[in-house]
Amino acid sequence: MKGFVDPGSVSTESVQVLKPDGTLVPDHGYDIDLKEEDLREIYRVMILTRRIDQESTNLQRQGELGVYTPALGQEGAQVGAAYALEPQDWIFPSYRELGFAMLRGVQPSHILHLFRGTWHGGLFDYREYCIAPYAVPIATQTLHAVGFATGAKIDGTNTVAITCFGDGATSEGDFHEACNFAGVWKTPVVFFCQNNQYAISVPLAKQTAAPTIAVKALGYGFPGVRVDGNDVLASYVVTREAVRRARRGEGPTLIEAVTYRRGPHSTADDPSRYRTDEELNTWEALDPIARFEKYLETEGVLTAEFKEQCDAEGREAASKLRKEIVGAGPLDPNLLFEHVYAERTPNLEEQFAQFKRDQEGQ
Amino acid sequence: MPTITLAQGLNEALRYCMQRDDRVVVMGEDVGKAGGVFRITDKLQQEFGEQRVIDTPLAESGIVGTGIGLAIYGFKPVCEMQFDGFTYPAFEQITSHLAKYRSRTMGKLPLSVVVRIPYGGGIGAVEHHSESLEAYFTHTAGLKVVTPSTPSDAFALLVDAIEDPDPVIFLEPKRRYWIREDVELPVTNGDRRKARIVREGTDVTILTYGPSVRTVEDAAEEAAKDGVACEVIDLRWLNPLDLETIMTSVKKTGRAVVVTEAPITGSFSAELAARIAEDDFLSLHAPVIRVGGYDIPYPPAKVEDLYLPDLDRVLDAVDAVLNY
Repeated sequence: MKGFVDPGSVSTESVQVLKPDGTLVPDHGYDIDLKEEDLREIYRVMILTRRIDQESTNLQRQGELGVYTPALGQEGAQVGAAYALEPQDWIFPSYRELGFAMLRGVQPSHILHLFRGTWHGGLFDYREYCIAPYAVPIATQTLHAVGFATGAKIDGTNTVAITCFGDGATSEGDFHEACNFAGVWKTPVVFFCQNNQYAISVPLAKQTAAPTIAVKALGYGFPGVRVDGNDVLASYVVTREAVRRARRGEGPTLIEAVTYRRGPHSTADDPSRYRTDEELNTWEALDPIARFEKYLETEGVLTAEFKEQCDAEGREAASKLRKEIVGAGPLDPNLLFEHVYAERTPNLEEQFAQFKRDQEGQ
Repeated sequence: MPTITLAQGLNEALRYCMQRDDRVVVMGEDVGKAGGVFRITDKLQQEFGEQRVIDTPLAESGIVGTGIGLAIYGFKPVCEMQFDGFTYPAFEQITSHLAKYRSRTMGKLPLSVVVRIPYGGGIGAVEHHSESLEAYFTHTAGLKVVTPSTPSDAFALLVDAIEDPDPVIFLEPKRRYWIREDVELPVTNGDRRKARIVREGTDVTILTYGPSVRTVEDAAEEAAKDGVACEVIDLRWLNPLDLETIMTSVKKTGRAVVVTEAPITGSFSAELAARIAEDDFLSLHAPVIRVGGYDIPYPPAKVEDLYLPDLDRVLDAVDAVLNY
């Protein structure tokens, strides 16, 4: 009908720089401004992320963590995007963003303490790494990123915020409110959606009728882009452009990184209930690290020696993580009453005294 | 001494804080050009510009959620919810993040945010415009909750809330926006973290706050004609609660009535009754009696007077505790 816009006309193509076999897409359309040391750094962090991720899953299986949310398969999307940021740019993550934290150099155990049940927000220094604590309620952190970036804009600083979330989060109201606020205010923020195909068990087709997630951006008046999330270089260049737009004052961008969560939603989940081995195998063949490795080898950037160095670093970091987590006792329980308010209220003071008496009685 | 309304007291408090601290920003629906539907932010945008008095899109979770982000950055946002009944979309941001951020980050990312909410009935509004939300927020650890009942308190308590390092839910008694008082601004006298003894008396303690204070004052005046001396206490801060002032009074009178608009089941008045009983059961000559809304949805305007505690219902409760 005249005047009706057809969503079917939207392109579902993804930006790709590396083909699954690790060769360059000839006309990918982006400037790859990465030097050899950049490429090696990206590779190093991907290896580290995978190793720490695996160790975290192991630690959970051994009863050292209450739960863990593996990022296996999403390292390319995460590390590529993270590499496009400046150190002062803030990251507002959900709970499956290990690659971002590894690039920033956060001590893994400081994150994992969240999953061990040591402290809700983990134990890292948010301001030092410019990473907000993991947000568990879905999509809520997208608004924090918009608010933070609005602050940066008011102050006239060059800081950008990026917020990470999954495909399921795009069904939440907060995601839409965040996009809308950012569009209206032209906020220097990047919405980084890792479309890993499932929100626990619910596949994308039951999450949205839109042809892509990226296209949702148009409804809020800013560009959206779909990228091959298992292609670390594509994730990098696309995020770099989004960050540049934000820094130039051109407002937000929505990135849809198409990837796959190869592990369970969390260690409490059994994905065999809702997806097939065939599907998993298909995505394993698209592994982001294997693809990047082939490219680097072809380019002569990746020597056997550097590879071994990265593996050794991963092993060491995993063993350090294990040492820091295994047997780590709970924090001083008195801390529970310490930071509820700047100062304990009289009521809390009374309850704190009772709490201490209760502990002594045990 | 100039005469101001409660609404003007709030407006002047915002202006005062924005002049003193350029980190204070005001945000919400219609707070800019329109100056807010109740004119609480009147002319602030003209004075401080669009970057500090922000007309937001119409989305309450977005207002509080972006306010949280601004606070992480280092601003002190004062978020306006246009009406009590429209606060619910922001409930997740308030309870899951605003209230918890300081604790979960071990004090590293405290959120100094004020959420202003016009609340309560009595203005003949359509549904969703007359709700009393205080129990949701007093039940939530990490939030402070305060409600003024006079123009001078409106000014002083809002300044105090904005300067507070913790998130504060600031409940504005909307049907009292237009009450007047002679006030010299800025208001600085007195410790307004303490409850206000509105009227001294020896026979019955009446605890109340926000919009019900005026009702209770009238009832106490009426009771006095019959020789009953009511001590009326305006709590001001529901959290932190000034239990000391409450208990000093209850020990003196031995009788307590709690008057609020909120439905009484699971209400803050239930909390007060429990605290009094726990703290000094033996000083009571009668059970604590609560006068409040019934456990029904807030009624349509034509019959809201049957719902709101009025002079007669307060006096009946006073009689009941005296004749127990």
